Amino acid sequence: MLEQLERNLSQIVGYIYPNEIELHWGILIVVYPYITGLVAGAFILASLERVFNVKEIMPTYRLSLLTALSFLLIAPLPLLLHLGHPERFYEIMITPHLESAMAMFGFVYIWYLMMVLILEIWFEYRQDLVVLAREGSGLKKYFYYLLTLGSLDLSEKSLRFDKKAVGFITILGIPSAFILHGYVGFLFGSIKANPWWSSVLMPIVFLFSAIVSGIALMVLVYGISTLLRGKSINMPCMDKLATYLLNALIIDLSLETLDFIHRVYESVESIHIMGQMISQKLFISLIVVQLMLGTLLPIVLIVVTKTFSVPAELRRLVYFMAAIFVQIGIFSTRWNVVIGGQLFSKSLRGLTNYKMELLGVEGLLISIGLLVLPVIILIVMIKILPPWKEHIGAAS
Amino acid sequence: MGILVNKCIGCGRCVSGCKKENSVPKDPFFFRTWVERYIITTDGSVIVYSPNGGIDGFDELTEKYSLLRSFFIPKLCNHCSNPPCVQVCPVGATFSTKDGVVLVDKDYCIGCRYCIQACPYGARFLNPETKTADKCTFCYHRLAKGMLPACVEVCPTKARVFGQIGLRSSPLTRFLRFNAIQVLKPDLNTGPRVFYANLDGVVN
Ligand code: SF4
Ligand code: SF4
Repeated sequence: MLEQLERNLSQIVGYIYPNEIELHWGILIVVYPYITGLVAGAFILASLERVFNVKEIMPTYRLSLLTALSFLLIAPLPLLLHLGHPERFYEIMITPHLESAMAMFGFVYIWYLMMVLILEIWFEYRQDLVVLAREGSGLKKYFYYLLTLGSLDLSEKSLRFDKKAVGFITILGIPSAFILHGYVGFLFGSIKANPWWSSVLMPIVFLFSAIVSGIALMVLVYGISTLLRGKSINMPCMDKLATYLLNALIIDLSLETLDFIHRVYESVESIHIMGQMISQKLFISLIVVQLMLGTLLPIVLIVVTKTFSVPAELRRLVYFMAAIFVQIGIFSTRWNVVIGGQLFSKSLRGLTNYKMELLGVEGLLISIGLLVLPVIILIVMIKILPPWKEHIGAAS
Repeated sequence: MGILVNKCIGCGRCVSGCKKENSVPKDPFFFRTWVERYIITTDGSVIVYSPNGGIDGFDELTEKYSLLRSFFIPKLCNHCSNPPCVQVCPVGATFSTKDGVVLVDKDYCIGCRYCIQACPYGARFLNPETKTADKCTFCYHRLAKGMLPACVEVCPTKARVFGQIGLRSSPLTRFLRFNAIQVLKPDLNTGPRVFYANLDGVVN
């Protein structure tokens, strides 16, 4: 670590406080809001289907819930790995300092995981679980019986209750998803010492970028899983997802632009160093990747396919590409917030540098691992809880 | 603490004294206190530097700059009365004592570094040995024995003045009474308790 700091020392532009040579939040803290954003986004998409009864995106409903859960399970890991004393992590839950935004993480997380996601999934799947338990054999049978928690009633009345419960949880879930990710935005937005972060818009920008990333993720998950199963992709569903993605992208872009104009127009003391940072350190990740590749290009792609009657095959491909660009863009968004917020000195007189490690706990490999892990969990989850209705339709 | 900017000669004794007294890692990235040199040139531009926290003092000023004025600014944790670092600590490991000192409990800190992000003054660092947040304590262990902080004691020009705020007989009260006082970044409403006499407006 010290050699790393040594190297940083030579990269400094202008003056930074001597303690600022070390960058405190690295790639792991970039991964964290990226993941929670995906969770919140996927869940909000699922809720759209339930609350507003959007029939077209029905095929993604259960898949979105499972995706949200898979990513949520991993969300605390990057935080944990980054702590100086991970073994003391439980202190956040046992002796939280209630004035601290970070202390709320444990509660927000548990609430969202237990009260919203798991509960909604359970009610949504209860009927399937009972059927699977009845049809299964051996260990599998008991496993599914266990998952039903002994509630085997499949009468009209109890199924109606399941439906009602799901509806109720969804309504509770939307504000919870807003809190989950808006809260992460607040973690940054409430740091008055840091002019790059400190903004009331931060939670809202976080929220909309979360929705963008969640929808784009579901385009990919739905598309790829359907192709892998050898089924044909439901184009009305894809078109609807693309429309939502486009709308969310436009709102997200407008918010970011508003934030940008506001900053430039107010032109407070920090504007000089911010400008310097963007042109010297963040040009590629902010202007090229986040704005052009991750926002404008997908918008153009979707708008073009929507305006001209493009054949389904090609449309599908364009949506996939747009979704991939959006993911790259949102990852850079997180990067630009987290790393960008630490590249300039709080003396507003200089810039420092961040060199990502490859190996090591706070390195690139671990981060990639943390992003692959939820995908593996999702695959397992799909095996246990098949989200496809056709499966259960045939069985019952 | 009070700091008489005019008296500081940038010798860096406070920096090395502090590192010794508090076993602060020797490397040039960890400081509980440091000294900055400000150079204001005739065209109004401001140059600031602090090589290795000013621990070895500063070079003779050369003709390189067309100098308007220059001075040294010692810095340390301001022991804010409205401390953002205390506000954000998720477990309460950073806290204010009754006598107005801000401390970190290293047996409790989980090393999340949120406080380091929240401090506007760059006063904190993560101690590479304990893996916990670290910063100036006003030498709390010395205060408890009725002694002065190490940096105050070793300063050859008495540029640093220490005492209890509000106590009539304290040297700090005298300092506050006879000088025009400024604090760093007053707009952030952190309520610093390190007071500077004759602080130049460009310092931040
Ligand atoms: S100067 Fe920084 S570390 Fe010290 S009390 Fe104020 S905010 Fe906390
Ligand atoms: S690093 Fe330690 S003292 Fe600082 S906020 Fe985290 S737990 Fe609190």
